[in-house]
Amino acid sequence: MTSQLSRLAIVAAGLRMSYGDKIVLDGIDLQVAAGSIFALLGPNGAGKTTIVHILSTLISPDGGDVQVAGHDLVREADAVRAAIGVTGQYSAVDKLLTGEENLLLMADLHHLSRAEGRRRAADLLERFDLVDAAKTMAATYSGGMRRRLDLAMTLVGEPRIIFLDEPTTGLDPRSRKATWQIVRDLAARGVTIFLTTQYLEEADELADRIALLDHGVMIAEGTAEELKRLIPGGHVQLRFADVAGLDAAYAAVGGGSRDENSLILQVPSDGGVQSLRSLLAKLDDRSIEIAEMSVHTPDLDDVFLTLTGNPCQPDLGRPDIELESAR
Amino acid sequence: MTSSSFAIRDSATMLRRQLRHMQRYPSMTLMIIAMPVIFLLLFVYVFGGIMGAGLGGATAGRALYVNFVTPGILLITVGGGATGTAVSVAMDMTEGIVARFRTMAISRASVLTGHVVGSMIQSLLSVTAVIALALLVGFRPTAGPAGWLAAIGILALFVLGVTWLSVALGLISKSAEGASNLPMPLLILPFLGSGFVPAGSMPAGLRWFAEYQPFTPVINSMRDLLFGIPVGNNAILAIAWGAGITLGSYLWAVRLFRRAPVRYAGA
Repeated sequence: MTSQLSRLAIVAAGLRMSYGDKIVLDGIDLQVAAGSIFALLGPNGAGKTTIVHILSTLISPDGGDVQVAGHDLVREADAVRAAIGVTGQYSAVDKLLTGEENLLLMADLHHLSRAEGRRRAADLLERFDLVDAAKTMAATYSGGMRRRLDLAMTLVGEPRIIFLDEPTTGLDPRSRKATWQIVRDLAARGVTIFLTTQYLEEADELADRIALLDHGVMIAEGTAEELKRLIPGGHVQLRFADVAGLDAAYAAVGGGSRDENSLILQVPSDGGVQSLRSLLAKLDDRSIEIAEMSVHTPDLDDVFLTLTGNPCQPDLGRPDIELESAR
Repeated sequence: MTSSSFAIRDSATMLRRQLRHMQRYPSMTLMIIAMPVIFLLLFVYVFGGIMGAGLGGATAGRALYVNFVTPGILLITVGGGATGTAVSVAMDMTEGIVARFRTMAISRASVLTGHVVGSMIQSLLSVTAVIALALLVGFRPTAGPAGWLAAIGILALFVLGVTWLSVALGLISKSAEGASNLPMPLLILPFLGSGFVPAGSMPAGLRWFAEYQPFTPVINSMRDLLFGIPVGNNAILAIAWGAGITLGSYLWAVRLFRRAPVRYAGA
């Protein structure tokens, strides 16, 4: 039990927070393994930023027990602060200082020696592609550059745990990919990453474990695979040249949902090679020509929409087609 | 022991940050110096002749009034500095960087200490500039080094108090605009005291206020110390006000900073 706890970078139990009568967090339990990437996924207003603010000692929760890096969040706040780095949603750089001065400011506040501070600053400027802008004021930086500087500042103290609050919101696709690579590199060095995001793709891409947050409640938690398994609904979609082909295939497969307008047949499937092979064999035996085929495995979008009960998605499968065929 | 040495080191780091800000954004410092300079020239050359005559002696009018008004102008300088401090604190609090500082294992007070020491330096530089100009336009104090030192000491303590007060005012302001308005009374008080005319020349109610508000003993004791007049209890009152304002404002500011919610200017 003790050894298991020591391998956990963040443990929260029964975290509660409200502003007036508005409940923002309603009993959140969290466990983040040391060295892993944990993604907190949820729409705007779900409470993601509040959780980051609490875990990074910016605000105190109304209730709950939290340990970060093995230290109690309330009683040993400074020990927690010494172990963490935070990059918030809004830029936390000093706009009147140059990029280099910002990094040296962090080095001074981490009480590093002058030489060590200079070494880390130079290294980070290099790593984050800021060498050319090192001597210019951060006020003149583009949004992407400011984000990079922000993250670089977080890394000056070589934190063991890093909180990233929506690190790629508002970034162009190239900068987003670059940020992902930085996150992966950090994780490879053994740093624990706690990130929040509104993008399912991002959580799917980066995280070892994902928690879904909605209206201050954790509605699901697990690996991307585990979450996807919560939802049946994988299927193969077949399109045919004419109604005859569609009908023949429907008869051959002996199930699925067919739509005469689009000439599409949807067959439930786990998307595995074996089942695809047997499906295609059945159609081949009867010489049925397939115009187009696609495999749909459920993604996190499906999981999220299902669990939060978004009214736009009333069913588990591909509802658009099923609804049309029901007409 | 280590924590207090870190507190000093962190405060020094924050002070360097503050000084760099002043260097990058010199218009604030210039504005703080420009206002009392204009006031000094206005009061000496426009009002000086007639005010001096009113103080006693039509012959030495303007020369007499320079000596009378300079301590008042110095307090106006301090008030202007306070406005600058409140604005820069309020602006800083809306920046994400302060939220970052709060998540770091640094001395909490260092953020404020950096502001206070930076502003003190700014205010005392302005005071020096104004004194230099006053000497050029005819300010002729008769005090020796001891009198000067005592006068500067009393002023410096008062500046410390006003600076902590303006830090607190900056912290309660929601925006830089609000912060620029809150310290306004500090600019008016020298007028409603002994800064520009003797309090004794005012109507009864106003005179009572002028005699008991904090700026008056500071102005009076500076005047007395610089011209070798016995200070009486003016100095004690000035020191008491300075120490009281410093302590009260410090406690208020630190409490505000600890409680301040996380706020952002927005991305």
